[in-house]
Amino acid sequence: MAIMRPFWPTRDSSVFGELDRMRRDMERLFGGLSGRSFRQPTAGVFPLTNVTEDNDNYYVRAELPGTKAEDLDISVRGDGLSIAGERKLPEEKEDARYHRKEREAGKFSRMIGLPGQINTEKVEAHCTDGMLTIVLPKAEAAKPRQISVKAA
Amino acid sequence: MTASEAKALEAKEKQEVSADVEQTRPGPTFTPAVDIFETDTGITLLADMPGVKAKKLDIDLQKSVLTIKGEVDAPEGPNETDVLREYNTGSYVRQFALSDAIDQSKIHAELKEGVLKLVLPKAEKAVPRKIAVKTG
Repeated sequence: MAIMRPFWPTRDSSVFGELDRMRRDMERLFGGLSGRSFRQPTAGVFPLTNVTEDNDNYYVRAELPGTKAEDLDISVRGDGLSIAGERKLPEEKEDARYHRKEREAGKFSRMIGLPGQINTEKVEAHCTDGMLTIVLPKAEAAKPRQISVKAA
Repeated sequence: MTASEAKALEAKEKQEVSADVEQTRPGPTFTPAVDIFETDTGITLLADMPGVKAKKLDIDLQKSVLTIKGEVDAPEGPNETDVLREYNTGSYVRQFALSDAIDQSKIHAELKEGVLKLVLPKAEKAVPRKIAVKTG
């Protein structure tokens, strides 16, 4: 049995697939050294999201300051969810003269795929201090199971 | 608002501060996005500081320099591992120089849904007065 995977492409994987695997390995290596690695999302997505998991749940978090719960539309399917909504900024009086205008309003929608199946019945979402947190319980089949090893 | 309503929002990378003051708290520090506008009666500042709780927000005014500072506790639980990570969390810091025209005793702050609203009223003498020109 080979202990290490060969660097040269094997017959059943393309060169590009192998290069992609090497790139991911390198990213993992350097990400591991600097603490955390960030994946740059493709352009045009909003909001940026962080997804974490523990044994029972997936957690999806996004920063949505100034967005009210009623302006958010979240729907779930078996292995993913979509977040849509609108960020509204209150209109200021006509005589307001802006010195800085960095905050933006607009609509957004985004699909997020999860690595495993979820129990769509028990998904919970809450928005506090401008942070959206969605807790998605894993489906029974997707939960890790501890296997006890029996001594012969 | 009609123009911005149709526009789709795009995510912006959070701006990390290269602070003049060295940080003693671990973790990154970001510049919050702000809107500042002025009316005849005062200046209003709106800052996006998601995840900052009121008791972790610090507004300081010294020698006409306004500092807003907010700390964010990592929202993740101890047993959670990353699946996808697109943004980082940390503190927010930003400073502004105020003119003397601000009545510093009447500054009003409000934190709601991760947005800080600071109302800085102008001092009485700085409020422009309409002078009626008499004819005759």
